[in-house]
Amino acid sequence: MRAYILKRIGLGLVVVLGVVLVTFVIARLVPGDPAVAWVGLHATPREIQQARHTLGLDRPLYAQIVTYVKGVASGNWGTSIHTKRPVLSDIGSRAAASLELVVTAMLLALALGIPLGLVSARWHGRLPDLLVRLGAVVGVSMPTFWMAMILQLVFFQRLGLLPVAGEYDPSVAYLNPLVLYTHVPVIDALLNGNWPMLQSSLTHLVMPAVVVAAYPMAVIARMVRASILDSLGEDHIRMVRALGFSERAVFGRFALKSTLNPVLAVTALVFAYSLASTFLVEAIFDWPGLGMYAADSIRSLDTPAIIGVTLLVALVYVGSNLIVDIAQAIIDPRIRLN
Amino acid sequence: MSEVAITTRSRGVARLARKNPLLAWGALVAAALIVVALAAPLIAPHPQDAGSTMHPAATLQSPSRAHPFGTDMYGRDELSRVVYGARVSLSVAGLVLIIAVAIGVPLGIAAGYFGGVVDNIIMRVTDVFLAFPALLLSLALVSVLGPSVRNAVLAISVTWWPWYTRLARGQAASVRGRQFIESCRALGVPRFRMLWRHVLPNSVTPLIVQVSLDAGGVILTAAALSFLGLGAQDPTPEWGLMVSQGQDFFTTQWWLVTFPGIAILITAMAFNLMGDGLREVLDPKRVLTR
Repeated sequence: MRAYILKRIGLGLVVVLGVVLVTFVIARLVPGDPAVAWVGLHATPREIQQARHTLGLDRPLYAQIVTYVKGVASGNWGTSIHTKRPVLSDIGSRAAASLELVVTAMLLALALGIPLGLVSARWHGRLPDLLVRLGAVVGVSMPTFWMAMILQLVFFQRLGLLPVAGEYDPSVAYLNPLVLYTHVPVIDALLNGNWPMLQSSLTHLVMPAVVVAAYPMAVIARMVRASILDSLGEDHIRMVRALGFSERAVFGRFALKSTLNPVLAVTALVFAYSLASTFLVEAIFDWPGLGMYAADSIRSLDTPAIIGVTLLVALVYVGSNLIVDIAQAIIDPRIRLN
Repeated sequence: MSEVAITTRSRGVARLARKNPLLAWGALVAAALIVVALAAPLIAPHPQDAGSTMHPAATLQSPSRAHPFGTDMYGRDELSRVVYGARVSLSVAGLVLIIAVAIGVPLGIAAGYFGGVVDNIIMRVTDVFLAFPALLLSLALVSVLGPSVRNAVLAISVTWWPWYTRLARGQAASVRGRQFIESCRALGVPRFRMLWRHVLPNSVTPLIVQVSLDAGGVILTAAALSFLGLGAQDPTPEWGLMVSQGQDFFTTQWWLVTFPGIAILITAMAFNLMGDGLREVLDPKRVLTR
């Protein structure tokens, strides 16, 4: 068990190193001289030379790579050209809003995706199955940014049911000030016992969370369906059926267990995906998280910031995969013996 | 004789459609989209509006008989642009998948067949590229390379090949120990010929399934890049770009956002349905992981 975990961590570190190298290469693909970009177009050759030295561009490539990797490891992710602040602290100040959105979306996706997949497998080949499968295809085929705008059109503009943008209503926040503990409005409002703010932040969360949840929900529903159908052919399920357990128990108690591992794996995968989809969604909902930061950075061609966010999402992906690998090995001993 | 063959075949198609309606619908719509893309000049009511034409007197008109999808901020017919958009999206998807297969499959077969160090190196590199969600890595690449359709194709291809490496590796590894490969080796068939003639054909079925599943994903990624301003540029009639251009007007001029978005949704759905259905028919054992 311990050997397995150490091996996983070792492989994870190799991938992390590779990820950092890829971002180094991307940063180097910028057309033109980074030194010129640093000092501006009207700099003298002396100033450019100075900039080359400051940026370390006059050193051999391997030395630059070592410096870069060390920098990333010690939290120096470069300086944003646009905000003029360290990229990592920019990221830190926006992570809470994105986490609030993505975690809510993942909970929503799991809460709906698992029952839908179960229903689909239980009535395999019949109408409920067809509907869930069709719904799942719609979920994975939906252009996220378009869904966001259409929901705004329907639920804000036409029906006036939900607010259009932001994390909460600023006027509600002005009348009911929050003491900030976590910088996540929903949690802070709960901790404060501030009901108007709780209501405002929850209603603001609904639309963006539904949009981010669409893709993971579809993927989870498919995964649950596929692994239940798979497990139905296995001996222990045939045994349970032969013993006369009701179909309800066969699906809900026995077959559902076999979905635990695949659902864990797919959740780790779509978690990173959902972080990436906030790049499209947050700007539309004026949600002050990483996605909006990334969209702003793209607009202002702020390469260090774009690369910083890219690196972060890739690290989150590797990390969540590692956690899932270890969790799976704990749950299912067959994996660690393999 | 030939008549008999035709009736049995069409009966086969009909039976397939009844047994697997989602596959039939997906394939039908995908075929229709390809026809639309090829015949765009014949279908679009105002073919010149797919380019940089401007009609200052007819801007932002709501859908009418003359312009079923309305007109955009330059007075261009939205329906014509949506029709021409099929060309852009389908050719982007086609190019990306060709490049991804061309890079990914040989690497995967090499990894699976040779095993050992080769396998280890190739698969670790693959793991690194798979750690980036497709949208993210392609977005970072295009933002440094500069926005254009060509760069978007390149960037998406860079993010997509590892899936094919993984797929081909699994296939190659599974045939490696089989008897016919052993006999090839005993007969002294050259290595390259053996890989090309005997290992590769065994990967074709899952490859077809994967390509049709991925077409939808590539189209969505390309549209997202264009939506962020990193793909096609005006006047190219790209669906993602059209949604993004309509964003400024969408509370009042809803049609500019709605129709190109529906086009993206339908296209991605068609390929996903087809891929799903094909998997169920051709490759039922493989469980969906993505």
